Order: sequence, then structure tokens, then C-alpha cells
Amino acid sequence: MDGIHDLGGMAGFGKITYEDNEPVFHAPWHATAFALNLVSVGALRSYNTDEYRHSIERMQPIHYLQASYYERVLTGVATLLVEKHVVSLAELEDRAGGTFPLAMPNADNPMADLAPQPVARFTVGDRVLVKDIHPTGHTRVPRFCRGKTGTVLHVAPAFSFPDAAAHGGAFRKEHTYHVEFASIDLWANGGSETESVIVDLWDSYLEGVGA
Amino acid sequence: MSEKTKFASPQARTEALQETLADKGLIPDGALEGVIHMATEDWDPKNGARVVARAWCDLEFKQRLLSDATSACAELGYAGIQGEYIVALEDEPTRHNVIVCTQCSCTAWPVLGLPPDWYKSPEYRARVVREPRKVLREMGLDLPQEIAIRVWETSAETRYMVIPLRPADTQGWSEQKLAALVTREALVGIALAKSV
Repeated sequence: MDGIHDLGGMAGFGKITYEDNEPVFHAPWHATAFALNLVSVGALRSYNTDEYRHSIERMQPIHYLQASYYERVLTGVATLLVEKHVVSLAELEDRAGGTFPLAMPNADNPMADLAPQPVARFTVGDRVLVKDIHPTGHTRVPRFCRGKTGTVLHVAPAFSFPDAAAHGGAFRKEHTYHVEFASIDLWANGGSETESVIVDLWDSYLEGVGA
Repeated sequence: MSEKTKFASPQARTEALQETLADKGLIPDGALEGVIHMATEDWDPKNGARVVARAWCDLEFKQRLLSDATSACAELGYAGIQGEYIVALEDEPTRHNVIVCTQCSCTAWPVLGLPPDWYKSPEYRARVVREPRKVLREMGLDLPQEIAIRVWETSAETRYMVIPLRPADTQGWSEQKLAALVTREALVGIALAKSV
């Protein structure tokens, strides 16, 4: 989805706050929220990691930006456990003593029509074009590289295709490619001749360029 | 948020979810504690630092690290969740590498540890793909224009680690002493290894 989570290249953000000797968790509930997710994916098998990532992406944009990282984790976990009827929103709000915001529902037709590509179609050095797709569900093709052409630096092993896995689609694995984009191709005049961005992209997000 | 949508605190919400699951008997004994132990004790950027120090000292290990970092890290005992496919990025005098996940905050947990807040911030995720040199300068790393910067977006299942340049005047140093020069920031690429 073209959601708030897809932040790469968005302008208007200020300086990055850096903390010396930062602890792994700043509060016990951060650790608990993190662990609840791993237990829900692992021991409970309530959902998979792609569904989890998408549940955070579905948060209302204003809430997403205001929430800390672990509040986003918590919201994603709770959303899925409510949607899967493991817990109810009423019992959560009763215990929490107030409103328990969840993410927005899944889109009706979340998956883009991308043919499976079980065999690697590209190799190192190939020029590839990122399809200009706008699926309404989970995808891992950032907006900033859609419609852009880059060069394959590396062919990675085949991994489960997240757009399908996040939405109960048929299991399929595809190779991913480390595709290098020149900064000036991504950001035009705002780019730099000596900078580039490498994006790790599944096969079916791509098409070949030239011969 | 308006008054109408005032939320229970995140802590109260977390505790509510934990207690609700526990009441239903859905949290196996010790499961949460086990995860928290891994996150705070096992996944540590010191692991990545040891990998880098070994690579600086052992050319054959470095070749294995560059060709198959997953196996090379596993040789030192660093493997598992979010370390299923690790790729090591070697800095060169004329080319610097830096890692981001614009979409969420994916990181190679076994070798880098859970990511710090700055890595997870909307500011870092939005800006470093677009103006990396400026971001690095703001964070204390001033790279001249002639040094190329490659920004690696962790958008799929590859998990990256940077092998920073070995600092000058460290010939003959032990791996242990070298590892102390490699910070989490250097493993992500917002800093160099500490100079001596």
C-alpha cells in the first residue's frame, strides 16, 4: 500500500536524534511488546512476519508517526490477534482502562497481479526496470524506485514473496536482486553523482530493459 | 489526537494484551523471558565487531565473509532469527556503505543487535536514501564529495553488515583489541571504526 510507512525520500523531516550508549529497551513494556510479537509468530503461530509488517503499515498515518517504535509493534500485534479472534478488542480495552487503537482493516483486493517468477530471470549486470505498481496491500517495493531503472549487483536466494504471504496468497518463492539506482535517477536534481541506493527487490517486481 | 480518541497508555495497552493472553494460557512458560534474554544478551553489535576484527586479521576468513557472510558469521556462532541471509559490505577508501530499512527497521539481529532508536526513526528512514552525505555529516561523519556512498535499503530478506576500513596504525593488534574499535554505528555505516 502507498502508506505512511513507506518513508524513503519523504521530505520535511529534521535532524536525527542520537543517544549515546542507548539501551536495547528503554522501558520494560518495550521488551514485552517485542517479545509478544515473536511469541505470537513463533509459539502461537497466529500470523506470519509479512502479515505483522503489514499490520503496522495499516495503522492510521497520524497514529503511526506519533507512536514510538514499540507502540507500533504493540498495535500491529494487537490488531492481528483481534482480527484472528485470539483476543477481543473489548477485553483489551477493559483491561487497559481506555481506548486501544488498532490498525485499519486490510484492503479488499490487496495483491497486485504479478505472475510468479520461480526461476531467476536476471543476472549480475542486467539493467532492470521496477514496475510502477501500486498494490493496496503489503508490498516491499518502495515508492521511490518504482518506474526507475537500475543495475543488478547481486542475485540473492529465493525467498517467500511477501505480497502473497501477507494476504494468504499461494506460497511462492522468488529470487531477490540487489539493484543499484543512481541517486540522480531517483531524485533528479536533488541527487548526487557520487551516491547510489541499492534496493533488494523480488523478481516479479522487475522487468528487463533492452537486450 | 482529539480528546475523543485519547488512548490508554502504550504501557497499559501492552500489559492488557499480555495479561489477556496469559489468562487464556497462550503464553508458554518462560517464552517472553526467553525472547527478551536473546534480545538483550545474545544479539549484540559486539558480535559483528568480532566478525569484522577476524576479517581484518584473517584474509581467508574475509574472503568467506564476502562470499557467504551467513556461514562466516555462523562460524563464530552468530546465526538465527533475522540472520538467515547476511551479506557483508566492504568499505573501500573511495566508497562507503551505509544501511537503512525505509519500510520498517529490519536489521541483522545476531550480528548488529536490535536496532537503536535513531535507526528506527522516521527522520533516518526518510532522509538517508535521499541525502546520505548530509545525514552522515550531521551524525558526525564528514565524507568528502569524491568518496562514493552506497545506501543499502533492507527491503527484502537480505540483512547487511558493513565491514569498515581498518584504522591506520593497528598492525599487529589482537582481534580482541581490534574488535573494540568497531561500534554498532560503524557496522551500520554512520561512523568509521574508531581511530587510534
